[in-house]
Amino acid sequence: MLTLILFNLTNGIILGLFYVLMALGVSLILNLSNVINFAHGNFLALGGYFAFSLAPYLGYWGAFIVAPILIGVLGLIVEQTMIKRVYARPHVYSLLLTFGLSFIIQDMCRTIWGVNGLPLSIPNALNSPLSNQFFFLTGYRIFLVAVVIVAVAALFAFLGFTRVGTRIRAGTFDLDTVSALGINIGLLRALNFALGIGLAGLAGVLAGGQIGLNPNMGDNLVLPSFIAIIVGGIGSLTGTLVGGLVIGVASALTSVWWSAGSNVVMYILMVVILVARPRGIMGEEGMMT
Amino acid sequence: MSTTTAPQTAVAAAPGQRWLHLVAIWAFLIAAPLWMGHIGGYDALYSRILIFGLAAMGLNLLLGFTGMMSFGHAAYFGLGAYGAGFVLRYWIHSTPLAILCGILLGTVFGVIFGALMMRRTGIYFAMLTIAFSQICYYFAYSWNSVTGGYDGLRGFTRAPLHFGSYVIDIRDNGLVFYYFVLAIFFVCTALMGALLRSPLGRTMIALRENPQRARFLGIPNEQHVWIAFAISTLFTSVAGALYALLNNFADPTALYYVISGNIVIMAVLGGMLNFWGPLLGAAVFVWLEDYISSQTVNWMSFIGVIFVVVVLFFPRGLLGFVKRRSA
Repeated sequence: MLTLILFNLTNGIILGLFYVLMALGVSLILNLSNVINFAHGNFLALGGYFAFSLAPYLGYWGAFIVAPILIGVLGLIVEQTMIKRVYARPHVYSLLLTFGLSFIIQDMCRTIWGVNGLPLSIPNALNSPLSNQFFFLTGYRIFLVAVVIVAVAALFAFLGFTRVGTRIRAGTFDLDTVSALGINIGLLRALNFALGIGLAGLAGVLAGGQIGLNPNMGDNLVLPSFIAIIVGGIGSLTGTLVGGLVIGVASALTSVWWSAGSNVVMYILMVVILVARPRGIMGEEGMMT
Repeated sequence: MSTTTAPQTAVAAAPGQRWLHLVAIWAFLIAAPLWMGHIGGYDALYSRILIFGLAAMGLNLLLGFTGMMSFGHAAYFGLGAYGAGFVLRYWIHSTPLAILCGILLGTVFGVIFGALMMRRTGIYFAMLTIAFSQICYYFAYSWNSVTGGYDGLRGFTRAPLHFGSYVIDIRDNGLVFYYFVLAIFFVCTALMGALLRSPLGRTMIALRENPQRARFLGIPNEQHVWIAFAISTLFTSVAGALYALLNNFADPTALYYVISGNIVIMAVLGGMLNFWGPLLGAAVFVWLEDYISSQTVNWMSFIGVIFVVVVLFFPRGLLGFVKRRSA
């Protein structure tokens, strides 16, 4: 029983880390640009596929570095050509736009790489279980946890200690003032968008090694990442981090006793939070309006 | 607040002209099945257009007229479908009761979820509507023993209508079913029109135009958002119930967020500032979807392109576009 609980706990943490990477990206874009990015999960899938196609030429490690960067650049192009044109419009337009993009990207993946799942092979060094009793602790999972920790730490350091990062945080609270201070908010939003999409690309490369690639692989991650943001508190990236881990662990632990409930539990958690603490775990008062 | 729709106040047509419009629209809808077969239509397609048109018009009470964004109306559409399905499958073979229970199921959840969301505005309101619709999706998906899970609720058929000894066979005749749907559509649009002319409807429009000023006038904004949300889910669940009757089954995809997106694009494509806009949008969208998916495996890309093109080039929708051209 203990092994079973530990097994599910590990699964929950891994799942939670994917939610965290996704939700941080969605949250960055939501906070600064007021855009809910429905296509985030499709950028994740695209990240995995890019790594798959690059790996024969660059090796796993090369692909691991290059694929997320390419996805970030792609995000930048999408932002500059389309998303940026709807910032000034009612929210319904940005939602519909990313919704349409999500269809297009998913169909592109299906056409280019096929409907069937593909494996993203990982180096042998990462592939072996570390212990017989705890078979679920593979080298890859340890690696995955380490990468996410480094990425999240780097993101928070970037936002906390660099000039651009400070501007992004300031823009979350009051974009008009940031603009009035002479900062190019168009550029800021573009960089921020690319950063968020890049995180999705990274999540895609990591997910490809864990669960394999298929055109819908992001669909199961994008909606939970919305929940993570609501539970953690809109406007707070730390909250998003906590929210992602909480719902990941909660749904994995639920599946020990009630396998069908693993998806439902995160929504129940969300309703409870909304009733008991509407601003979310770490949300600022008034950010929800 | 930036959820308000583009500042294009609809110019009210002269009363005589409005009657002319109404007569033209209804004449078209009544005559549609008689000639549209020549351009690739069929009975189930017309019914589907009316059903999604009704769902989109229901959503538009909230989106276009109250200025609140719901991206989760699939939930009430799907709940309407399941409500109707439950009655026919488990309880009694009666079409009117099925529709009533569908409406009840969808609207009850609309009222509950609306209460949890009414204090939010803007993009966060939209985000919560998405999340709540996913709750319904996962319940339908996971609760195998009642909902049939992934395969959906099957094994029921719509029942013929009995008026005393007179029987209208909507079950086997698709054309008769179309007119049955049209009759319900008529009742719903009449109610929606009356609502929008009532003080409540005017208040909804006031919330769209200037929520702050509405509050200064002593209007409790949150309660009105709640009421508008509930009414909007009511009409969408009517459409959902009819959808279950049309297909003779209800499955989780009716609750999936893709349907929410489709309903929203129909409203925007037709023109969300116009009462009849969503119906036009539904007609164009459903027709295109039907045609494209029969022509190419890459239909998803085409649908996606429709979304992108509408957003970037026709943000006012077809009716708004035509009006501005002719103005």
